[in-house]
Formats: sequence, C-alpha cells, structure tokens
Amino acid sequence: MNLFFKAKKVLHGFAFEADWAIDNELAVLFGYSGAGKSLTLQMIAGLLAPDEGFIKLNGDVLFDNKAGIDQPPQRRSFGYVFQDLALFPHMTVLGNILYGAHGLSEEERRQRAKEMIEQFMLAGLERKFHHEISGGQKQRVAFARALIRRPAALLLDEPFSALDNPLRIEMQNFLQQIRRNFPIPVILVTHDLTEALTLADKLIVYGGGKVLQVGKPVEVVNAPVCPDVELLVKNPMMLGKK
Amino acid sequence: MEHPVLFSLVLSIRVAAVATVFIVFVGVAVAFFLSRRDFWGKELLDTLLTLPLVLPPTVTGYYLIVLFGRNGLIGRFLFEWLGWSIMFTWYAAVLASFVVALPLMIKTTRAAIEAIDENLIRASYTLGHSEWWTALKVILPLARKGILAGAVLSFARAMGEFGATLMLAGNISGKTSTMPLAIYSAASSGDRVQANIMVLLFTLIAAMFLYTANKLNKRVLL
Repeated sequence: MNLFFKAKKVLHGFAFEADWAIDNELAVLFGYSGAGKSLTLQMIAGLLAPDEGFIKLNGDVLFDNKAGIDQPPQRRSFGYVFQDLALFPHMTVLGNILYGAHGLSEEERRQRAKEMIEQFMLAGLERKFHHEISGGQKQRVAFARALIRRPAALLLDEPFSALDNPLRIEMQNFLQQIRRNFPIPVILVTHDLTEALTLADKLIVYGGGKVLQVGKPVEVVNAPVCPDVELLVKNPMMLGKK
Repeated sequence: MEHPVLFSLVLSIRVAAVATVFIVFVGVAVAFFLSRRDFWGKELLDTLLTLPLVLPPTVTGYYLIVLFGRNGLIGRFLFEWLGWSIMFTWYAAVLASFVVALPLMIKTTRAAIEAIDENLIRASYTLGHSEWWTALKVILPLARKGILAGAVLSFARAMGEFGATLMLAGNISGKTSTMPLAIYSAASSGDRVQANIMVLLFTLIAAMFLYTANKLNKRVLL
C-alpha cells in the first residue's frame, strides 16, 4: 500500500508545490496555518485539481495532467474526515453512517452499519441528530461514516482541533485503535506539535506552500534541515502566528 | 350561477396553485444551476429572469403579448398548429403569474442553496455519491425551508397578480376575472360592498401567506 503525491498549484496568488510518498503508515502533514496542508488533502481526494502533478494510490493513477487523468472524488477510495466533521444535520447518526455505505447491497449496508456502531461505541445513539450528541460522539460518527465503505486510505483534516485537551487525547488514542482495525494509510493534517509527534510514523513538514522536510518525528526534531523547521519543532508557540 | 366573489376567489386560487407548481419545478432547477454551476451568461440569465420583479407588470405583460399573442413570436406557431391562442383564457393568467412570481422562487431558493456549508457537499462526493444524488439527498433537503418559503411567497404573488394578467388574459367576468381584477371592476363600477368583502378577504389571505413565509425562512427579507 502506498500513496504518491506530486502537485503544483497556484490559488489566489498562493504558489504551492509538494512532492512526497508514504507507505502503509500514519503520515502527519504539519506546519503553519496556510502552508497548503488542507489544500493537499483536497487534491488527494479530488475536490481540487492541481495545475500539474501526479497522484497515485496503490498503483491506481488518480491524477496525471500529462495523461489527462483526473478521477472525480466519487471514484477515489478515500475516507475523508473534515475539520468541522461535516455531519449531515438532517440525518440521524445511523443515517449519516449508512450514507457512507454507498454501492453495497441493503443487507450488507445494515450489517456493516451495525458493526460500525458497535466498534465506534455509538449504540443507543442511532436515532439521534448531530446536535443531540457530544463532541466526542460526533467525532466517532464522522470516522464511522468515513470508514464504513472500507476505503483504501484515510484523510483527516484537523479533526481534533476544536476539542478540549482531555477529549483530544482520548480521540488520539482512539485513532491509534482505528489504525489497528483498519490497517490503511492515514494522512493527518495538524498544526499541533504534540499531536504530530505522538501520532506520526512519518512527519511531512510544510511551510510557505512547500515541503520543508520529510522524516520520522525523531529525525525531524533532532536534525531539522532549515531554521524554519527548527522554529516549528522547537518553538510550538510560533505556530499559527505566521 | 356561482356568486362572482366566489368565482373570483376560486379562480385566483386555481391560477396561483397551477402557476406555483410550475414555479417550484422551474425555479428550483434554475436556482440550482445558478448557484452550483459556472457557465457563460449566468448572471445575464439571472438578471433576465429576475427582471419581472422590478419591471411594471404592464411591461412584463406587453412582452408576453409580443411572445404569446396570436401574432406573437411563439403564439403565431401555436395558433397555426393548434388553432388555439392562450390570450384571454385562464391559462394566460397562469402564464402571467408564473413569469411575475418566478423571480421570488429563484431568489429565495438560490440564497438557501448558497447558504449550505460547502463541506457537506464535498463530504457527499468523497463518500462516493454523484452530483445528482447529492442534490437530491443533501442540497434539496437542506434548502427545503428556503424552497418552501419561496413557494409560499410565489403563491401569494401569483394570487395578487394584476397588470400582466389584465394585459394577457383580459378582465372577462366569469372567465378570467381573478380576484384583483374583480376588485378593480367592483371599485370602478361603484360596488363598494363587493369591493370591501373582496379586499378584506384578500388582505387576510395575503397576510396569512406572508406570515407563513416569514416563519419558514427568517433570513429572507423581501
């Protein structure tokens, strides 16, 4: 299992360029706000087309401007968890989860939804709407909805950023548990240093629309390749201020 | 023989109801394309369809005569093929109401669709659902209040249509005399009692619709 990402994009005067690859691991895109981390996830998921580039998942070319390939998001097998979770307010917990089980038989949908509800500790909440459940429960619904289709990779756009500290730690542990049950590549966007260092198998440091450094967290912390990376991994107070 | 007040009331409701059915289908489709698609001449189309909102209804009516009159650009062919003209029938009142009230539907529905969080639509795409399925299962249900408010406002506007209806359908007693037209006839012929009854009845109905529309969509200020 692997994912190649290479893209160039100019958007509203912001020039973005990145090139990296990951295996079946948890990769963290880490860096200042506005460095192009969320943009990367959108390009991988097919929500935004790069100006030029090449994106490949498990041997399947998703985007290649030279070959004229640009698969729509519907044909790309990603589970995507948005920063605001994007739960459908007009659907119940069960409705949201079932909506993710697209392209399966009715029996299979029900069976998988049952499994997900059990696995994500949502029993008893099936008929509730998103304004009737807690922050942690909302997170679990969003993950269940993204994973019920058994996607080939999981994309997480700062899903824990709005949580308070104890819940954030609980969700980070939960994510590691999910990794054991769903052994697929995960790309997590964050600007939280602790989160990045705790969770990452591979750290991809972004800055100013570019990839500054790729490596294991310990490598990046011990040997930052430039002052910008050093500032990022040693002085987390700077985050979000640039 | 049916009482003229009752006839006008029933005709007005029938005209407004039929017009509203068409308005909902056309208005939702147009609003959807205006808010979700980019195409050449998009704002021009929006302006053209919204124009009846600001034009005097007589001007709109005049355009409709130019188009649908017996010698009109479209009406000529209808008359040649079917030997039938829409002019001075209750269908003409429906057509006039449709054109005049459609902008209200488009405006409210477009605003409701554009207010939907883009991430909800993107989430639907990443879950494998097509644009059409997303429109049906996410966009329209989330815009339903705006759509309902638009429909109620359009119905009220269609009920009250006067100028364009007069030009296109005429004011034929017992045939095309909708309530606003009947009120005009009663007032100009000095029949105060009938005019008073109809005016009060109409005010009550209009107020009821406006109240409902406001309840449905507090963001819409029209």
